[in-house]
Order: sequence, then C-alpha cells, then structure tokens
Amino acid sequence: MDLAAVLTLDVLNGIASLILLCTGLAVIFGMMKIINLAHGEFLMLGAYATVVAVDSGINIWIAMLVISPVFVGLVGLVVERTFIRLLYGRLVDSMLATWGLSLFLVGLITTIFGNTIKSVPSPLGGFTIGAYRSSQYTVFLVVVAALLLGGLWLLMRRTRFGLIARATMQNPDMAAAMGVSPPKVYMATFGLGAAITGLAGGLLAPVAGVLPTMGAAYIAKAFITVVAGGASVITGSATASGLFGFINQSASYLTTPVIGEVFLFVFAIVLIRLLPQGISGRFFRGSL
Amino acid sequence: MPTENASLTNAGLTNAGLTHANLAKGAQTLGIVAAAALVVFMPMMVELFDLMQYTIFAVMGILALSLGFIWGFGGIMSFGQTAFFGLGAYTFAVTAINTDGGWSAVALAVLVPAVFAAVLGYFMFYGRISDVYLGVITLTVTLILFNVVNSTAGDAYTIGDAPLGGFNGIPAVPGLSMPGNPDYFFGPEENWYLSAGCLLLVYLLLKGVLRTHFGRVVVAVRENETRAALLGYDPRIYKLLAFVIGGGVAGLAGCLFTNWGAFVSPTVFSLSTAAQIIIWVTIGGLGTLLGPVIGCFLMQYLILQIGTQQSFNADLVMGAILLAFVLAMPMGLVPMARLLAWRVIERLWPAGAGGQDADTADATPDARMAEGAK
Repeated sequence: MDLAAVLTLDVLNGIASLILLCTGLAVIFGMMKIINLAHGEFLMLGAYATVVAVDSGINIWIAMLVISPVFVGLVGLVVERTFIRLLYGRLVDSMLATWGLSLFLVGLITTIFGNTIKSVPSPLGGFTIGAYRSSQYTVFLVVVAALLLGGLWLLMRRTRFGLIARATMQNPDMAAAMGVSPPKVYMATFGLGAAITGLAGGLLAPVAGVLPTMGAAYIAKAFITVVAGGASVITGSATASGLFGFINQSASYLTTPVIGEVFLFVFAIVLIRLLPQGISGRFFRGSL
Repeated sequence: MPTENASLTNAGLTNAGLTHANLAKGAQTLGIVAAAALVVFMPMMVELFDLMQYTIFAVMGILALSLGFIWGFGGIMSFGQTAFFGLGAYTFAVTAINTDGGWSAVALAVLVPAVFAAVLGYFMFYGRISDVYLGVITLTVTLILFNVVNSTAGDAYTIGDAPLGGFNGIPAVPGLSMPGNPDYFFGPEENWYLSAGCLLLVYLLLKGVLRTHFGRVVVAVRENETRAALLGYDPRIYKLLAFVIGGGVAGLAGCLFTNWGAFVSPTVFSLSTAAQIIIWVTIGGLGTLLGPVIGCFLMQYLILQIGTQQSFNADLVMGAILLAFVLAMPMGLVPMARLLAWRVIERLWPAGAGGQDADTADATPDARMAEGAK
C-alpha cells in the first residue's frame, strides 16, 4: 500500500516534470508554428537565473517563481524582436536559427560561468509514507504543473488576450482586419512561452545539476512530447505528458532509468507513426 | 525552378563552341582532377601532424556529404545524422576488435547504419511524417543512442571481445591493415590516402547517383512531392532509398573516424556533432555536394584556430555564424559563388546559352532559395 502511494507519487512527478518541460515549447510551437530549438537553453537560462539570484541572497521562492520566468521572458522578447520575427512561415530556417541561438547561448554561458556544475539546495524537506521517504518538493512540482495548465487554460479561454491570441493564430489576416496587430500578438506569445520555460528552468534548478549544456538532456523529451501531443497546446501537452510520464516512470521502475527513457522514445516514435497529427489531432479536435 | 525546362533549353542551345554548359563541365572536371592531385601529393607537401589533421577533415567531409545528399537533394532534414555516424564508428570498433582489423569491419560499418536507416526511414516516410517532425525524430533517435551507449559501462555490456565501455568509450581499436598483408597496419599516410580517397570517391558516386533516373526522381520529390506522386512515382520509396544511402555514407565516415583515432566514445552521437553537420551544410550551400564539404573544411579549420586560444568558446562562434548565415545568406557559400561566377560569365559572353547545364540547374534551386527570394 505504501509502495503503491510512493509509486503513484513517482509517476505524478514524472508527468509534472514533463508538463513543466514542454508547455513553453508547446505554446510557441502550437500557436506560432515556430520550432524553438533553443528551448533547452531557455530552460538553462532559467536555472542560471535562479542560481545567480539565490547566490546574491534573494529568497529562493522569489528566484524560482518570479525572477526566472521574468528574465527568460524578457530574453524571449528580445530574441523574437531581433530575428524570430524575420522567420515566420520559414519553418526550417527558424529551426536552424534557433539552433544557432542555442549554440550561442551555451557558448556565452560557458564563457561567463565556466563549465562547472552549480546548484541550489532544495527548499523543502522530506516526508515519510510508511517505510518510504519522499521529498515535499516532488509534491510541490505536481501542484505547480497543475496550476500552470489551469492558469494557461484560464488565460487562453477567459481573458481578452487569450481571445485575441487564439484569433490571430487561426487567421492572422482576419485578426489584422479587426484591428489586432499580429506582430504584437506573436511577440507576446513568444514571450509567454519563453517565460513558462524560464519558470520550468527555475523549478528544475534545485533538483538538477545546473550547467551550460544541461538543455540537451531535456530537449528531446520536450520535443517528442509536444510533437506527440499535437496542435492543441493544453490538451496535447497534458495527454502526452500523462502518457509518457506514466510509461517512463513505470518502465524505469521495472528496469533502469536509461531503459525507461529508451522505452519512452520508442513508444513515442511508434505513436507518431500511428498518429502523425499527434494525440490531440485525433482525439480532442478543436480543444485548446 | 523547373529542372526539366532548363535542361531542354540547354539541349537546344549546344551550338557554339564555348557554351556555358561546356564551361561548367570543364570547370568541374578541372576541379576533380585538381582534387585527385591534391590527394596524391598532399603527404609530400605537409608535415605529418598536419596530414593527420587533414585526414580528419576529409573524414568529416564524408559525413557532411551524407547530410548534403539527403537534405540538399532529398529534402529530408535529418537533425540526427550523427546516429548513423556513431553507429558506423561503433560497428567498426566492435567488429575490428573481434576480427583483428579485418576489412569486413568496414563493410559492416556501412551496412549496419544503412539497415538502421532503412528501419527508421520506413517508420518516418511510410508514416508520412513531414520535415519538422523528421528533424525532431532523428534528433531524438541520436539522443537515445547517446544515452544508451553512455550507460554501457561495465562487463555486462560486451559484444564478443569488445567491451562497450560506456562513457569511457572503446580505446585501442585496431586499425586497418594492408589488404593481403595483415601484419602491415595503416600509418598516417595510408590513412590519408584512404580517407581522402574515400571522400573523392563518395563525392563522385553521389554525383553519379544524382545523374541516374533514380537521382532525378529524388530531386523531383524534393521539388514537389505531390507532383512526383501524380507522375506515378511513390515518393516514400525514393525518400527511403535516399535516406538509406545517406545512412551508409555517414556510417563509412564513422568507420574512418574510428580508424583514424583508434578510439571511439559516445561523443560521436552527441548533439554538438549533430549541430556541426547542419552548420557545415547550411553555410556551404544546400542543394550542392561541393558546398557541404567546403563548409565542413572551413568550420573545422575555424574551430581548430579557436581551440588554440582560451578567451571565448567555440560554440559561441559557431552559433553566431549559423545565425548570421540563416539570416543574411540562407543560400550558402557555394551557390552564392556560383551565382556570382555566372553573372561574370554572362557579362563576358552575353550571347551564350542562357541556361546553366543540367547538373548545376539541379543543384541551385531549392526551397530555401525560393524562400529567400520572397
């Protein structure tokens, strides 16, 4: 019974991490059709923002939940203004350019901070379920992931910004005719996606080793989840994260973490073969 | 740009002695002869250390060709070409250790990645997965391989006599020996002849493949998949075969890489290697075979130079270069140079045939040029 509870928590943790990892990417890809290959580096910047803020004496909660998303969001805005806006509709070029950006950021951070692992202590302690120990931070991540999805849903469904954003993504010309400025909406959406990624990076900082190349470890997982999720940002991320998180954690528990990861990827490739439009392209048509 | 039209006009215009087509052909033949001469005389011109550096340049040039072929001509953007490179490298290492440097290792190092490409390609092309998803899937596969091979430390992971060694890699891989004389192992000079010779050979082979009916259909599929399908060609099988060829060529590069350094580690699968290949092809010029090789040489030379100083990181420079090329010169160096050369030639001989010859016409127009013109 205790074991079951711990395993459930483990699976939930896997799902929550995937949601945090991929939602920012899903917003940018799902809404703007830009593949951001610098996604992993945005995560990395978020993690570094938290590390630097904590080192300079700022409360870790503020660092993770405010400074990281704001900082990476601003970086996102600058990136969008400098070159992403030149590349809308040029899918392949935008991939190449963001890959260039990713290398550039890795090089930049390596030059500034060096190639050593930084870390911040986890802010929450552990607790016990019967004979097993777990960390409260795990529970916290699950709650944040749920709040993130819920908040995003509210933002997109219930606010004026959400309405305008959805309209622009569906038909930019029509939206422009109604007085909306699509470039501004694109800018804001890219900034939003980057900020969510920054938040994820900040939240990752206490549980992962923070180093310039850390983005590479997450990028494949994030991509495959978003692609398998399909075009609907929230339902896609949620269903794909749920499925992959469950598979990854159960396979890891039964074998080893590496085999778990392989299992996840193979499953994802087969899934994409069967559902080229992603899960939400098949089952939740028209959802957000 | 419709390829067929270009070659038709051209066929009608081979009247005067010095047509532009003949000029291009002459330049091409001259280039190949010069390259062959360079392969032969290089060991007499440079020091041994430099020769070994140039050998690795040539090996990477083959890898660049593999992506230049499938991406530039097949329209398949494989972000994970290192998967096949690494598989070739590991296959060679494992087989060479088990067979004491036999040439069968080379054959296997080409075959295994090609078969792997066939299986992966079947999933992708028969699932009708489009370009971006192709990039994501190939990237993912590379990272899986990286993670898997990285975690194979320990005695449990041994193939025959060869321990896989996890992140430590496989040291002391026996190199190739002279055919017919198993006691004479290849030295730096022989390895140069082998690698540079292979580069030239692969270049000519791919060039030849592009001239066949198969090659023309591959290019047609790249230009417009629906149109090719309506003409009765199944785009999936042509893409798959092109992908398999690319996988085999990348495997050959991996095999020569291991043979060069007598060592292989999981970094052959790494993301930074994958990024480099993309950069080579992008800056050299998509849709040409010469471009990727030239881009590869230039970037490797640059990284070598950056490596000698400590003030900034090579990734920073590579990222900036890639960004600059995508934004400012998406066409790449070789097509750009070719375009400029044509302008000059047309100025000098304005009456000549307006078209380019069939090969260059194949090579220059591609999706990205069209996009750049928008």
